[in-house]
Amino acid sequence: MSGRLTAENFHLWYGENHALKGISLTVPEREVFALIGPSGCGKSTFLRSLNRMTDLVEGVKRKGRILLDGQDIYLPGIDVTRLRKRVGMVFQKPSPFPMSIYDNVAYGPRIHGVKARSQLDGLVEASLRAAALWGEVSDRLKKPALGLSGGQQQRLCIARALAVQPEVLLMDEPTSALDPLSTGKIEELILSLRSRYTVVIVTHNLGQAVKVSDQAAFFLDGTLVEWGPAPELFGMPKDRRTEDYITGRRSLDG
Amino acid sequence: MVKNILRSRGNLSRAERSRKFWDSFMYWCFSLCGLSAIAAVCGIAAYMVLAGTPAINEIGLFHFLLGSRWEPTAPQPAFGVLPMILTSVAGTALSVLASVLVGTLTAVFLEELAPNRLRQAAQATAALMAGLPSVVYGLVGATLLVPLVGKAENALFRGSSSHIFTGGANLLSASILLTVMILPTAIQVGGISLRAVPRELREASLALGADRTETAFKVLIPAARPGIVTGAVLGTGRAMGEAMAVMMVSGNAVNFPLPFHSVRFLTTGIVTEMGYSSGLHRKALFSIGLALFVWILATDLILEALVQREGGGQSA
Repeated sequence: MSGRLTAENFHLWYGENHALKGISLTVPEREVFALIGPSGCGKSTFLRSLNRMTDLVEGVKRKGRILLDGQDIYLPGIDVTRLRKRVGMVFQKPSPFPMSIYDNVAYGPRIHGVKARSQLDGLVEASLRAAALWGEVSDRLKKPALGLSGGQQQRLCIARALAVQPEVLLMDEPTSALDPLSTGKIEELILSLRSRYTVVIVTHNLGQAVKVSDQAAFFLDGTLVEWGPAPELFGMPKDRRTEDYITGRRSLDG
Repeated sequence: MVKNILRSRGNLSRAERSRKFWDSFMYWCFSLCGLSAIAAVCGIAAYMVLAGTPAINEIGLFHFLLGSRWEPTAPQPAFGVLPMILTSVAGTALSVLASVLVGTLTAVFLEELAPNRLRQAAQATAALMAGLPSVVYGLVGATLLVPLVGKAENALFRGSSSHIFTGGANLLSASILLTVMILPTAIQVGGISLRAVPRELREASLALGADRTETAFKVLIPAARPGIVTGAVLGTGRAMGEAMAVMMVSGNAVNFPLPFHSVRFLTTGIVTEMGYSSGLHRKALFSIGLALFVWILATDLILEALVQREGGGQSA
């Protein structure tokens, strides 16, 4: 149990659309792994394959394996709810439930059977602290979560994901709907999470990828062009296409 | 610049004048439509009050609303509508509760669990059923439902000497029929409000390891609650105003509302006697209309306020 993810020649189709074409990579434990690439390149689909959220799409097919600590997450006997407990997710748009701040964070633990009030209290406080939100909301835990600002809502969603004590945290463009100040706070938060969680983050913001990631992968048209330690990928990419994307050259459109 | 604007106001071109004319013309057209709708409602309200109050004055508000005997043609006539009021309240409440409960659960099943094709078929059926004339429901109710309920009644009250047998034409039949009549609307409105819940909420819940049932009951239904309450408002309106179908299955005797009592609703009270009534009796029927009107208005306002508060709670 450490949160090491490996994809082995992973393919995925939405109906006829071949969205992922043989992805193979390893996400080391307790590091931040950034997935970058232009819109529609498959990076979000790959992220959503890691906790089987792609199962929700009708007509989806796949081939290949994704291993969490060596175990194939797509084996028939796998309990998807337990997988998602181990692999948490934060979405692009802050999505607090229409309930109190406390109940939002306690939602996951309650689902997974935590009933004791003291235990819930502890989890809620620890998760809000880990998401750097405790100081701002500790006096209004019973207030509706929708009353928080956008940046606070997103940190609440991170706290909510942390409350089920996952090993991996998937983040799908977590700051694209936020202002620069909130974005900065979330980026700091991501760096602080690295010591305890494996983080896989999809981002359109290259500066953000450089700032927070240890490893990075560049996707293009459903293929994985290259991946490796972030300083290398951003500093001296091996592939021409990666370099074009990072430097903003237009050849990708052609 | 300013000079130009000032000058251009003075001498508009022909095309500009024509546009201006049509704009104000359409403005008055729309205003007229809106005002006539308001005028119609106000007119009906005024007429109901004018036509409904004389009998109430004559009978006395207390005797009218709280009297339990309705004997308009007796030598000593009595005009108490309490049994009808209670019947309307009980029948409406029962059927709205039942249909909102069943309708919401059906909507959850269709939206969240059912395969695409089944959902489409069910939605088409619900739309069709919502549009059926109420007399069709009445016919089906009278020929299928009433005999069934009658059998149940016979089995339940076998050998009872005090029970007045209804043959199945009673409050229970009327409530079941009303439930079936409101159900399509409840399913449709439930479906619409569930679909309006942002996809992120559903995904966030599933991503935390909740299954589809937990997601539906703990996140989706609470988030869709304002819409579901709106569905209840619509259902209440239809249930309270329904006369034809209810008359065919309720037994039409003025009694206090118990499941196996033949009962008369406020609406059916008017329909049944309008044809042959005269004098105070006829005026009293208008008073029933007024009571119904006030009551529907009050229920609407209360439920509307409930929706408003729900909505406010959501965004706060």
